[in-house]
Amino acid sequence: MKKLLMTGVAASALVATAGIASADIVIATAGPMTGQYASFGAQMQAGAEMAVADINAAGGVLGEQLVLEVGDDACDARQAVSVANQLVGEGAVFVAGHFCSGSSIPASAVYDEEGVIQISPASTNPAFTDERPGPGIFRTCGRDDQQGEIAGQFLMDNFPDAKVAFIHDNTAYGKGLADQTMAFYEQAGGEPALYQAYTAGEQDYTALVTRLKNEGINVLYVGGYHTEAGLMKRQMADQGMDTVLVSGDALVTDEYWSITGDAGEGTLMTFSPDPRLNEEAAPVVAKFEEAGINPEGYTLYTYAAIQAWAAAVEEAGSTDFDGVVEALNAGTFQTVLGELDFDDKGDVTLPGYVMYEWTGGEYGYYEEAAAQ
Amino acid sequence: MEYFVQQLINGLTLGSIYGLIAIGYTMVYGIIGMINFAHGDIFMVGSFIAMILIVALGITAGAGFIVLILALMLVLLMAMLFTSAWGWTVERIAYRPLRGSFRLAPLITAIGMSIVLQNFVQIVQGARVKPLPPLVSGGYTIMDGNNFDVQISNIQILILVTTVVLMGVFTYIINKTALGRSLRACEQDRKMASLVGINVDRTISLTFVLGAALAAVAGFMYLLYYGVIDFYIGFIAGVKAFTAAVLGGIGSLPGAMLGGILIGLIETFWSGYFSVEYKDVAAFFILAAVLIFMPSGLLGKPEVEKV
Repeated sequence: MKKLLMTGVAASALVATAGIASADIVIATAGPMTGQYASFGAQMQAGAEMAVADINAAGGVLGEQLVLEVGDDACDARQAVSVANQLVGEGAVFVAGHFCSGSSIPASAVYDEEGVIQISPASTNPAFTDERPGPGIFRTCGRDDQQGEIAGQFLMDNFPDAKVAFIHDNTAYGKGLADQTMAFYEQAGGEPALYQAYTAGEQDYTALVTRLKNEGINVLYVGGYHTEAGLMKRQMADQGMDTVLVSGDALVTDEYWSITGDAGEGTLMTFSPDPRLNEEAAPVVAKFEEAGINPEGYTLYTYAAIQAWAAAVEEAGSTDFDGVVEALNAGTFQTVLGELDFDDKGDVTLPGYVMYEWTGGEYGYYEEAAAQ
Repeated sequence: MEYFVQQLINGLTLGSIYGLIAIGYTMVYGIIGMINFAHGDIFMVGSFIAMILIVALGITAGAGFIVLILALMLVLLMAMLFTSAWGWTVERIAYRPLRGSFRLAPLITAIGMSIVLQNFVQIVQGARVKPLPPLVSGGYTIMDGNNFDVQISNIQILILVTTVVLMGVFTYIINKTALGRSLRACEQDRKMASLVGINVDRTISLTFVLGAALAAVAGFMYLLYYGVIDFYIGFIAGVKAFTAAVLGGIGSLPGAMLGGILIGLIETFWSGYFSVEYKDVAAFFILAAVLIFMPSGLLGKPEVEKV
């Protein structure tokens, strides 16, 4: 009986808060706050909380204060749908989420049906926007398939006369990456010198390396993971080759350097730009650091999603779905990621990937390294 | 031509490592007629022991040449000793109690031991790859092509020389010593051997000890050559070495070495001239072809089923 009473009190308290909140604008972020990927959820929550605090301190949106709700989908598709329904029930007009593409995609159907704007700061699967259920779905992060485009063009621009070989490990990730990069390389006028698959999980790539040496390969594009790429780089150095190894985001781990040692010098790979280095982000980064938070990973992408939405609402003059969507499509927004706008599909037009380089056991932007 | 020679060196080096592991399979099969599936993992354990010793002794490439060679010799001997203890223990707790049991029983415990060793190392050492900075560097250019120099590195020379020396020592042990004589006697007829006063259990234990010691040598050289190990390397290397033992004729020592070198060469040349992707297909195709025409392998003796 006592329990029931307590529940009743709690329920009325909830109604009471909901009543107060309705005077403000409710927005939400949703992601994996628990489970294996909880650290990413924490990044999103930190970014969203900071963005809401900053916007409220500057007078809110349309003169009203923002209230942030946080949903936990644990990167589970079913839980994502129920969290989406729950957030809609709480009156959210905008969701900066989710994290996993596998959560964002099913949740987007709910948001579209309920007229809620969704901007994902982290879901990179092409299908999220390619097959979006309605016009109110956007993202501030890059797409998986941009990596090949950036790398293919990069190879042509930086190594126009080199013999370029493309190899992959036959995994969905590796083969997809190598094929896409090669397609863009060919489109830019390049002619691949060699295309081969290798077996992942082995240690001996000397036969492959000798073959590359014999064919005079100058640049090796590897669609695969850091262990095999590291072994190849090391075995190439053993055979006295100075071939440049280029690969994808799988090489952005210290483990790569610990395998290659100094032989890894000059290895290039595509990876998402680090928004912490943006000039526009400097004051916000300083604020985060003051609060004892490192705004790594998707923190600033979440912050930017909320900034873009807030600016669009100001532009539209209301939180009405159609008006805000129109403003998001039409406008250009000043955010911590820099100046951004959205294309017809809802993808952000910022470069989703940039070239990084390994030097002296650290990785950094390629241009910067070259300038030093 | 230069390209061919370079691939030959690559293939011989890889084949030597396979061969050294294959001897462990073939010896155990010869003496008790079972496939010791845990042998690949003994090789992996040997590799880890060598790495732990190198790190613990603080051996780096900066040491002088003589110091480095002596230190590595010490590591190798200690690794052989410790790995032998592992091999002996596996036999003692997983195979000997089942010696009188039906034939499949020790095979199942062998697979079990393989899983146990893998998981043990994974838990104790972690699942991430363990890199070792290059210790033995440098090499020689042995042929000067127009645009292709054939190079043999010091570590490749070390592997090839060690393999040849070990093969010599082994042939001597098997053919000329009392231990070798008891090994051969147990291989031919265990019951008869025990009747003439050979301690069969001890001889079988020594077989495992010798096999594990060779696996430790292979693991040590693997570590120096590739510089990267993890708890899973025993599986692939074990499968390849087992294939080599079957190709050469399981039960035959020279056959195991020959099989290892052949598998290494087939893989390398297939990758070098045809498709890198299909090298395993090529190796297993040749294995199948050989077994069709020579069912007991290249150097294996056709034999009647042992009882």
